[in-house]
Amino acid sequence: MIALSDYLILGAILFSLSLAGIFLNRKNVIILLMCVELMLLAVNMNFVAFSHFHGDTVGQVFVFFILTVAAAEAAIGLAILVVLFRNRRTIDVEDLDTLKG
Amino acid sequence: MTFELLVFYVFAAILVFAATMVITRRNPVHSALFLVLAFFTSAGIWLMAEAEFLAIVLVLVYVGAVMVLFLFVVMMLDIEVAALKAGFIRYLPVGLLIALLMAFEIFLVVGPANFGLEQFPAPAPHPADYNNTAELGRVLYTVYMYPFEVAAVILLVGIIAAIGLTLRKRPQTKYQNPSLQVRVKKGTDRIRVVKMEAED
Repeated sequence: MIALSDYLILGAILFSLSLAGIFLNRKNVIILLMCVELMLLAVNMNFVAFSHFHGDTVGQVFVFFILTVAAAEAAIGLAILVVLFRNRRTIDVEDLDTLKG
Repeated sequence: MTFELLVFYVFAAILVFAATMVITRRNPVHSALFLVLAFFTSAGIWLMAEAEFLAIVLVLVYVGAVMVLFLFVVMMLDIEVAALKAGFIRYLPVGLLIALLMAFEIFLVVGPANFGLEQFPAPAPHPADYNNTAELGRVLYTVYMYPFEVAAVILLVGIIAAIGLTLRKRPQTKYQNPSLQVRVKKGTDRIRVVKMEAED
């Protein structure tokens, strides 16, 4: 039988991989957005697993809301990306230093 | 090893492979396509965890909408891939180190010692007439009605923000306004009627 720890470890591996992706692709905003989507997927995996093992649907309701927020976030993020590319002709994160932060 | 466990491990292996490819591919289009594979495989794993509605929603919303949006943007932008990959080797050691450390830490907490089959026995499978969608909808439309409406508002804000950000007016573009053209009157407007003798 599949144990709860199997799901949780799979989620942990996914989360760590996407964290490594944020480190490796720190110049490309598109890949950074994809890594954020992967992270949310890893979190959702944990929610679904706990919901299954506790016999409680509320975990799945929460996943539903996370999916909603993630979809809105992806749409707005990509819109910002398009505007950014239109104005600067680049999506390199290191070029975005107008605010001198 | 039961067949169920075997399927789970195969799906997990494909998922980890796809995630690795997403973060290591040079071409963003390949990354996006591997992310599609990752979402499909997770939908399979969620089906095994008896979250049927969410598995279908993941395929519909993520593969059908969000990833198409990603592919659209990746292909629309003319980006220089080589320059964006410049720091890849430099940050590989620190990225791998932190990822491995974090995976190990999470493993210590959620590993089989704390969340194994002894502590959390596998639940009995639902009967054949169990409807995950109906069950989810019942909770969503009663207890979580207000958060559900807030989620709808968030989506609306997402639509308006995305359109408002990317919409642009081009003052130099020339186009016709048929309504104004039809409403032109003779005498006061730009039309002048000229009377002249017929020529032979």
